[in-house]
Amino acid sequence: MPMTEQATGAHHPQPRPRSGGQSAPEHVTGAQSLIRSLEEVGADTVFGIPGGTILPAYDPMMDSRRVRHVLVRHEQGAGHAATGYAQATGKVGVCMATSGPGATNLVTPIADANMDSVPLVAITGQVVSQSIGTDAFQEADIVGITMPITKHSFLVTKAEDIPKVIAQAFHIASTGRPGPVLVDIPKDILQAKTVFQWPPVTDLPGYRPVTKPHAKQIREAAKLITQARRPVLYVGGGVLKAKATAELKVLAELTGAPVTTTLMALGAFPDSHPLHVGMPGMHGSVTAVTALQKADLIVALGARFDDRVTGRLDSFAPHAKVVHADIDPAEIGKNRTADVPIVGDAREVIADLVLAVQKEHADGHVGDYGAWWKDLSRWRETYPLGYDQPQDGSLSPQQVIERIGQLAPEGTVFTAGVGQHQMWAAHFIAYDKPATWLNSGGAGTMGYAVPAAMGAKAGVPDRTVWAIDGDGCFQMTNQELTTCALNNIPIKVAVINNGALGMVRQWQTLFYNQRYSNTVLHSGPNDVNPDARGTRVPDFVKLAEAMGCHAIRCEDPADLDKVIEEANSINDRPVVVDFIVHQDAMVWPMVAAGTSNDEIMAARDVRPDFGDNEDD
Amino acid sequence: MSKHTLSVLVENTPGILARIAALFSRRGFNIDSLAVGVTEHPDISRITIVVNVEDLPLEQVTKQLNKLVNVLKIVELEPGSAVQRELVLVKVRADNDTRSQIVEIVQLFRAKTVDVSPDAVTIEATGGSDKLEAMLKMLEPFGIKELVQSGTIAIGRGGRSITDRSLRALDRSA
Repeated sequence: MPMTEQATGAHHPQPRPRSGGQSAPEHVTGAQSLIRSLEEVGADTVFGIPGGTILPAYDPMMDSRRVRHVLVRHEQGAGHAATGYAQATGKVGVCMATSGPGATNLVTPIADANMDSVPLVAITGQVVSQSIGTDAFQEADIVGITMPITKHSFLVTKAEDIPKVIAQAFHIASTGRPGPVLVDIPKDILQAKTVFQWPPVTDLPGYRPVTKPHAKQIREAAKLITQARRPVLYVGGGVLKAKATAELKVLAELTGAPVTTTLMALGAFPDSHPLHVGMPGMHGSVTAVTALQKADLIVALGARFDDRVTGRLDSFAPHAKVVHADIDPAEIGKNRTADVPIVGDAREVIADLVLAVQKEHADGHVGDYGAWWKDLSRWRETYPLGYDQPQDGSLSPQQVIERIGQLAPEGTVFTAGVGQHQMWAAHFIAYDKPATWLNSGGAGTMGYAVPAAMGAKAGVPDRTVWAIDGDGCFQMTNQELTTCALNNIPIKVAVINNGALGMVRQWQTLFYNQRYSNTVLHSGPNDVNPDARGTRVPDFVKLAEAMGCHAIRCEDPADLDKVIEEANSINDRPVVVDFIVHQDAMVWPMVAAGTSNDEIMAARDVRPDFGDNEDD
Repeated sequence: MSKHTLSVLVENTPGILARIAALFSRRGFNIDSLAVGVTEHPDISRITIVVNVEDLPLEQVTKQLNKLVNVLKIVELEPGSAVQRELVLVKVRADNDTRSQIVEIVQLFRAKTVDVSPDAVTIEATGGSDKLEAMLKMLEPFGIKELVQSGTIAIGRGGRSITDRSLRALDRSA
């Protein structure tokens, strides 16, 4: 039959829509229906800012005992707080904003959530239905604007649809490959009279994510795993999203294959585990990057062969067969062809793989990775992650981050901004548990750390939350410290202050002849002051104090532990530590953008010797 | 590069065409033609998209389309096993000398004359793109004053229907 057919649906039916068992009808406004729906769907925390069109929703919000609203200082903060909350708790994060600029300020966190597959429901007010399309005051077509960066979006046109739309939004955001869903509600719909009943009757005929992997593909994958001589388990954020870390540990230990966890998957497999070879990618460990390059089999679990992992795609892992398991069929074969494609939920995939590998073992097929581990161990010993102490007695940023990690209480959640400090936080803090590392991986959103930490702390108040931030990132979103101070959300912020946009500066050092165009943060255009300690504008200690935080400055390595312990001991308000660090520290290893992973540099001008270069 | 005809069944919801068009442009695909219309089921619309792509990117765009929540089903219709039609309306310059020649061409292509005026003839023709191209080539020397063409629509040959299963899914939700 030449007619090729691709049904969107899975062979697994959705839970039957419920028609009976509904609550008694309540006569309410659209706004009350919205808040009642949020209560029923289990949204306990909403981050947002009211404004003209969303105003009706804020009135019943005031009376809700089940929904806590955190009034942020900028809608971007609301969005990142919701994603931080979502990743720390495993629940759907919720943010709320008014129409126009309120809604457009959510665009960055929505894009961020879309790239990192974070379950997020963004609720926006819209101008009254009759005014839509007339360029009314504070009108923006937010459904249109966010169409390419949401998993789905709704423009509510009838008040009676609100419970159904909210139920569907939460279902879509949290199932399959999680992602952001936008719900745009015109003001007149919020004000209209309607009837609230729960649960709503709902069905999404075009949305049926496949979670159960195909048995034949699983058997094929298990066969490849036991036949391989140089396998690598390449673990991505999907393993954390699927809560499959226990299964992953069993699979790794059963096979004895090395594990590499991407930036999005730190904590999915204990950093301290002997099978863990580090993070792959542009700033990955030499062992992890090289393991993938020389592998004969890559088992990708909830990972997407992102360009920051593969480097130049045409020279990535040239000898490897690929088993690619992902819940999103569109990821499989997108960047790298898969020899064994597996569509399914990572938890089910890994659990099935364990059984299939056990069966292979029982049949006498056990992978022999002895020679492979000899190579891996040699690379690991020769090229460990490390850093040099500055000669001038200033603080080393890597050491600051390393000590914060070592002195942090059990179960501490770390967030990071984007840049050098993010990579160092990935390298020098040991992550042994899931949901302890939150960062902006795909979008690379500077300013993520503080609001995400706020959301995480609101979601898991009993755990310590440290934001590892750069001075560039910190100046983008630090206003949310006010929110933290006023709402009893005592996060801790380490500003790794090198007075520069450090990662960009590093590239200028390496690729632009040390011409530091617009990367020095503490000087104006005419400032030729070479003092690394800068002008102290702004003074982060004063700034933090002004926002109700406890603030400390640390510039002497001798004070480091004392300062961190002081920060750890304060739990009645946010703490900000301004760590003045050496400005020339760089992130190593590094694969320069657009080059092959074979060209990894362990440190500046240090190309690892793998003993395979025939010219040597 | 080769031509592919995709039949996309979608829930009849506002914005769905924008979602599909935006997805094609965002992923860097050019749509050759696009036609939207109702089906035998009031809640389902059918979009016929003709794209010019390699097989691998086609697979990617099909998978991305499948991820749209309001997309129910995507079927690629192979030219050999499907009927494909376009509609063209063309206004050709005509006078007493040329009118009969034009009408002869119209008859050869089994097209129809739908409007006549002293200086023009308007022709309606349906068919595959090859046939329409051939006809337009014949008419060109007379002078084409205006031309409008629909996107391709297509339906598989034989008794099978691609809407059956999607209808059942929708009925369940009703």
